[in-house]
Amino acid sequence: MSTPLLEVREVGKRFGGVIALSDVSTTVNAGEVTCVLGDNGAGKSTLIKILAGAHPHDAGEYLVEGEPVQLSSPREALDRGIATVFQDLAVVPLMSVWRNFFLGSEPRVGWGPLSMIDRGRAREVTRKALADMGIDLRDVEQPVGTLSGGERQCVAIARAVHFGAKVLILDEPTAALGVKQAGVVLRYVAQARDRGLGVVLITHNPHHAYPVGDRFLLLKRGRSLGCHEKRDITLAELTRQMAGGAELEALEHELRQERVVPRPSSPTLETVPAAPAAPPARPGRS
Amino acid sequence: MAVVAHTVDERLARTRPLDRLLVRPELGSLLGALAVFAFFSVVTDQFLSAGGVSTWLDDSATLGIMAVAVALLMVGGEFDLSAGVMTASTGLVTAILATQLNWNVWWALLASLVFALVVGALNGWLVMRTGLPSFIVTLGTFLALQGLNLGVTKLVTGTVQVSGMRSTEGYASAGFVFASTVNVGGATFQVSVLWWLGFTAVATWLLLRTRLGNWIFAVGGAATSARQVGVPVVRTKVLLFMTTAAAAWLVGGINVLRYTSVQANQGIGQEFFYIIAAVIGGCLLTGGFGSAVGAAVGALIFGMTRQGIVFAGWNNDWFMLFLGVMLLAAVLVNNAFRRRAERVRR
Repeated sequence: MSTPLLEVREVGKRFGGVIALSDVSTTVNAGEVTCVLGDNGAGKSTLIKILAGAHPHDAGEYLVEGEPVQLSSPREALDRGIATVFQDLAVVPLMSVWRNFFLGSEPRVGWGPLSMIDRGRAREVTRKALADMGIDLRDVEQPVGTLSGGERQCVAIARAVHFGAKVLILDEPTAALGVKQAGVVLRYVAQARDRGLGVVLITHNPHHAYPVGDRFLLLKRGRSLGCHEKRDITLAELTRQMAGGAELEALEHELRQERVVPRPSSPTLETVPAAPAAPPARPGRS
Repeated sequence: MAVVAHTVDERLARTRPLDRLLVRPELGSLLGALAVFAFFSVVTDQFLSAGGVSTWLDDSATLGIMAVAVALLMVGGEFDLSAGVMTASTGLVTAILATQLNWNVWWALLASLVFALVVGALNGWLVMRTGLPSFIVTLGTFLALQGLNLGVTKLVTGTVQVSGMRSTEGYASAGFVFASTVNVGGATFQVSVLWWLGFTAVATWLLLRTRLGNWIFAVGGAATSARQVGVPVVRTKVLLFMTTAAAAWLVGGINVLRYTSVQANQGIGQEFFYIIAAVIGGCLLTGGFGSAVGAAVGALIFGMTRQGIVFAGWNNDWFMLFLGVMLLAAVLVNNAFRRRAERVRR
């Protein structure tokens, strides 16, 4: 097997006395999607910030194409071909699609202070890059703010792909989207994967992760619950583990009880005919 | 439009004509300018005469130069309340150096340009360094400069004005560049009109065609996003403050050479007119959207109305009423656009 694009080995990060992440290991291969799953506060953000170069890790190893690195800025990560699409997408809503696409890396013609943005080329490249991702925008002059959430996500992804990303880190790309839009974004994730990129997909929704993922890293309270290959795990098992497995069952039990408890103490409910499916515990408790 | 409508998403097709209109920030001001022009052309005889045209163009020109610079700054997401008083400060620096220390006018102009750029850079640096709203930071600079203008002028001349530019060395050549007049059709046109048109053209080119223009829109529209993709946010904004100060220097130079004297309290209150002209021209108060041409047209509306009211022989108080209504209308239109463009569709 070839060297993974990214690999972390027992990586960890502390913020003062708080251990945000410890002993997390996973790999990202070219043409594969590694999903990072976890609830709020599980350490997903810390992990992607390490991968993206926003926080240097302080334990374990981080290897980029087999070479151990200590990234100190997002720029450095970008130079190594690691592009991150954060939740706010880094787009300017009032600016047109093509201006957003090339913002910070504008192609120019002309000399010195008189050089201008090569608008024709910028528009053409934007249109083509988006078309390659399967997004057909008729008008790249329209403000990004008028695009749907899914389309905006796709512009950000297409931009990262165009500017030579080898690894694409997507922070909760489907979090704020409706069912249909989420499906559209997942299709672009698959598209990027098929073009040979390594993708890291952060999400808290196993139903979004499972169809596109090749590998699933489960995080909980800053620790790894395990890293599974797709063939080793089913969607049901993934969901169960994500939700906390045994804990969820306890919660289910608790919720069922809570529905029952107020009943005897509520006089108005006494007059209401008992539900036919009343749990057997009831008579014993009252 | 109708031909292609069936090939695209039906939601896009429905909103398109309106979007098309609203992406032109200067459109509203152009319509307004046409209306004002037509109105006063009909109501008064003088308005369309050569003398009339030169009068309202003259009134619009210096205001327009500042409005365009302020528009760039507002697109970049900041305000500069010290812009008005800065036109007096730079004029005073030039006049004091030239009349009291007998400097050549050109050197005095150069020194006041350096002064303007330093104050502009200070404004920008303070805003970026502290993260405070530029409104409050430049209000501080405004008050400080106002005090400095009066204090230093009284100290140096014993009065509240500096005069005697006519007898200074280099006045003839500098006056030719900044304050000469051209006779067209029996009326004298100020050269400041050319400066105004030139500055507007350069600003428009900069904003729409260059990388810096792209960055200006980006830092005003979403500074965090701009920073994430590698736009030098601090440098861009500081440069904008310096540009505004430099424009104030240009206007200060034009005034001091034309009237050959400067009042220490000149320019106070003008900063709001600059902002109003920029807003009428389609600039959003929240930044990220606007146009240099629009701001120039906003200034033109100002000049035409102010002089048109004089030509019509009306009381000048009506100008403020008109101004208020115009500003409200412009803000409403701009706001409608922003909601449209920033609306989140999911």
